Amino acid sequence: MSAEAHGHDHGHDHEHEHHHKDTFITKYIFSIDHKMIAKQYLVTGIFMGIIGIAMSLLFRMQLAWPEESFKIFNVLLGDKFAPDGVMANDIYLALVTIHGTIMVFFVLTAGLSGTFSNLLIPLQIGARDMASGFMNMISYWLFFISAVIMLCSLFVEAGPASAGWTIYPPLSALPQAIPGSGTGMTLWLVSMAIFIASSLMGSLNYIVTVINLRTKGMSMTRLPLTIWTFFVTAIIGVISFPVLLSAALLLIFDRSFGTSFFLSDIYIAGEVLHYQGGSPVLFEHLFWFLGHPEVYIVILPAMGLVSEIMATNARKPIFGYRAMIMSVLAIAFLSTIVWGHHMFISGMNPFLGSVFTFTTLLIAIPSAVKAFNWITTLWKGNLQFNPAMLFSIGMVSTFITGGLTGIILGDSTLDINVHDTYFVIAHFHLVMGISALYGMFAGIYHWFPKMYGRMLNKNLGYIHFWITAVCAYGVFFPMHFIGLAGLPRRYYTNTNFPLFDDLQNVNVLITTFALVGGAFQLIFLYNFFSSIFYGKKAVQNPWKSTTLEWTTPVEHIHGNWPGEIPHVYRWPYDYSNPNHDVDFVPQNVPMKEGEEVLHH
Amino acid sequence: MTSLLVIVVLVLLAVALWQLTRIFDLTQVGASSDDSQVASDNDNNVQGYVMFGFLAFIYIFTIYGLLKWGNLALHTPASEHGLLVDNLMNITWVLIFVVQFITQGLLYWFSFKNRGNKDKKALFFADSNKLEALWSIIPSVVLACLILYGLYAWNNIMFVDKDEDVIEIELYAQQFKWTARYAGEDNVLGKANVRLIEGINTLGVDMSDKNSADDIVVSELHIPKGKKVHFKMRSQDVLHSAYFPHFRAQMNCVPGMVTEFAFVPTYTTAEYRELPFMIEKVANINKLRAENSVKLVAEGGTALDPYTFDYLLLCNKICGASHYNMQMKVVVDTPEDYKKWLSEKTTLAQDIKAAKASEKPAEAVKGTSDSTIKDTVNAVVDTVAAAIAKVAMK
Repeated sequence: MSAEAHGHDHGHDHEHEHHHKDTFITKYIFSIDHKMIAKQYLVTGIFMGIIGIAMSLLFRMQLAWPEESFKIFNVLLGDKFAPDGVMANDIYLALVTIHGTIMVFFVLTAGLSGTFSNLLIPLQIGARDMASGFMNMISYWLFFISAVIMLCSLFVEAGPASAGWTIYPPLSALPQAIPGSGTGMTLWLVSMAIFIASSLMGSLNYIVTVINLRTKGMSMTRLPLTIWTFFVTAIIGVISFPVLLSAALLLIFDRSFGTSFFLSDIYIAGEVLHYQGGSPVLFEHLFWFLGHPEVYIVILPAMGLVSEIMATNARKPIFGYRAMIMSVLAIAFLSTIVWGHHMFISGMNPFLGSVFTFTTLLIAIPSAVKAFNWITTLWKGNLQFNPAMLFSIGMVSTFITGGLTGIILGDSTLDINVHDTYFVIAHFHLVMGISALYGMFAGIYHWFPKMYGRMLNKNLGYIHFWITAVCAYGVFFPMHFIGLAGLPRRYYTNTNFPLFDDLQNVNVLITTFALVGGAFQLIFLYNFFSSIFYGKKAVQNPWKSTTLEWTTPVEHIHGNWPGEIPHVYRWPYDYSNPNHDVDFVPQNVPMKEGEEVLHH
Repeated sequence: MTSLLVIVVLVLLAVALWQLTRIFDLTQVGASSDDSQVASDNDNNVQGYVMFGFLAFIYIFTIYGLLKWGNLALHTPASEHGLLVDNLMNITWVLIFVVQFITQGLLYWFSFKNRGNKDKKALFFADSNKLEALWSIIPSVVLACLILYGLYAWNNIMFVDKDEDVIEIELYAQQFKWTARYAGEDNVLGKANVRLIEGINTLGVDMSDKNSADDIVVSELHIPKGKKVHFKMRSQDVLHSAYFPHFRAQMNCVPGMVTEFAFVPTYTTAEYRELPFMIEKVANINKLRAENSVKLVAEGGTALDPYTFDYLLLCNKICGASHYNMQMKVVVDTPEDYKKWLSEKTTLAQDIKAAKASEKPAEAVKGTSDSTIKDTVNAVVDTVAAAIAKVAMK
């Protein structure tokens, strides 16, 4: 029966639906094909990722060996910011700021969501392309422009934005307060405004496509969890990104046109400024109204990818499909009402702190449900340890480790003392940084054959994962301790505090792990770029997966399916279904006569 | 030296990498020379064992970390409410370790146990309402307890009763320095605004307010043991955060508004220095400093001073290039010493009077230099405006 089902789509390679000539420019540059746009997002994201991670290695070196001279600093940062190879304190803050901005927005939002939403939404729901291919193209090119502007800001004379990725005014508003708040900050704001426009276009496209273009039989409860998470992520993005845009615009007004939305009663560089009546706390509210949902914008797609990859490689249905959907919805809803936990000690009314503690700790419940469901998915599975599967298991592991410390940070009482220390850095890097990166890597290893028609080398993948896994824990686990010792984040060095002298050895260890982990990403880059050209040719469905993208031919064509779009008859997780002899039944295989649905 | 180290590390890494590739290659032998790049049974087996090894790594690394770095964490709280905070923290830690131990154990154990092979078929187990209810309800109950305890503590810490007997102190933040203002005899701080900053009145205290007369401005914070200190915080330029790690106290300083935090210190500086954990910590730090000093002296530098413990107030909100060096010494005195220390300080009103008396002759000179700058600026602005007007006319 299901062998027949396999043959079903192979026969149809006789005609291309959209038959028009592609020039180099329309095929590779201004493409409106979602698969090409996905690859553009991915390559841009990887490029930004290299820069973002390299920056973190630079400032980690400064933290481990404070104010020591390194030739590489001088080469990369120039004489102004690293005279004699010693990193200056203002460029340290700039590196921290741009590292955060690039990793959060350009790599883990655009690079992750942009790549996989674009690639998988049409392929997995059975659509020929996005609802608006043109808008999709504009979305990518706006992202590209914003990335270029962000990179340009690295080269302005006074240095790039350096008020932290959260750009709290007044620091970000006043060039007198920090040099990076001059032209560098202007470019940062312009870049982010364009980025938000890009992100909104992408998100609207994803939402409309998922709602309208599902193939026959693809009801919402037959969508793979990837699509559910992309869909919900897009909704959160549409709700929260405009708020950041308004915050950015108001900040531009304050900076350039003398308004006082966020500034009041300021005396700096020997003079009183005219601002009156504004409040930096207002900015914090606006910023975190995006900023907190943003971490879910980053992690939800990773969760979707991991759920899908785990089910495929465990040869088992994802445990609790409906519970997974419900928990994604619950997380999405709660994520918009917890932003205040970044502001317990911002000076807002402590009563609000109580409310946000309550909502924040609630979010642990759907998160726990997800974690337990993943673990149960592994139970009595037939686990195929492809590199994508390793990264998925790694993602669950770091998500749990990082998520648990959220119980401390989300509790206003405990946050008082660990707020803005390295404890926070350890927490969020594990729970959303590393976890989302693992999700992204898992996605790349899993869908590389779909993107490039070739396979990634698995042995390099294994080495990449295990070294990364050890180094990630090596970097962020000890960081909890220096946070609990009370060491504030964003300190150029802690040598001015003999109190913290005993933390220096830990800092050296962390940096060593970071350097090794960073260096081993080169293996991935080599694997990725060489496999595009020389990788083993992929077969149509290398992982024996049930979802629709594996029914398309290996060669990319416009419109995805050569013949008719397949219809869908079952949910996406019919792995090892006892009614069938093979261990996977694709979604486009009709139900056997009298076959019972074995799940909720 | 460092570069040599880097080279050695790189070489070792290369060797390690080569060895690893070899190991993975060797495991392929016999598994038919298939190069599909899809995991074979052999891969599953090897990776399954590595999974198990990684679980051991996590456990061992956690235990190693706790033993080696556990004592770096802040110890005995030096404030009354700190006990409450640390108590909740410890309960939370126990919970976290239990959950972490179990979930990571299950995750990697299942991975190891269920490593795949061709002859196996996975169990079709799509859902179970009972299980899902179980792990929705248990976290809910546990979290409810944590939330209740947390909110109880939070309300205790953050709200100061109006009729409570407290000492009012203003903490004033600016790039990159802390200043404190004591309310004086009347225990009421005079009004202040940055627009009133002038000369040595660097905090912009409104001297026409009758409560300002007895205010005292100092650059080292002294507080008495056993008495509630109510801090009112201001900032003159950007956001800062007043962070007292040993007192488990922190609050942002926000330009344009007054924020507050109150706590009761429970150990004088002298007492805190004598706590056993602190003696050990300081000895360790001094050992490290002595080692560094040897190195420094060998390179022609000066040796580091030995360290004695003091409470500190740090800035914990990025505030500019020298954010990493914004600190103030905090001294907890016995109530008698505190009274004595405070009585030796002059009030702001006296300071201003003294400054005026000594600076009168200099004032005139300063005034002219100020106005010259202003004039120059005005002239430049005028020229630019005229130029713009000209262009606009054309």
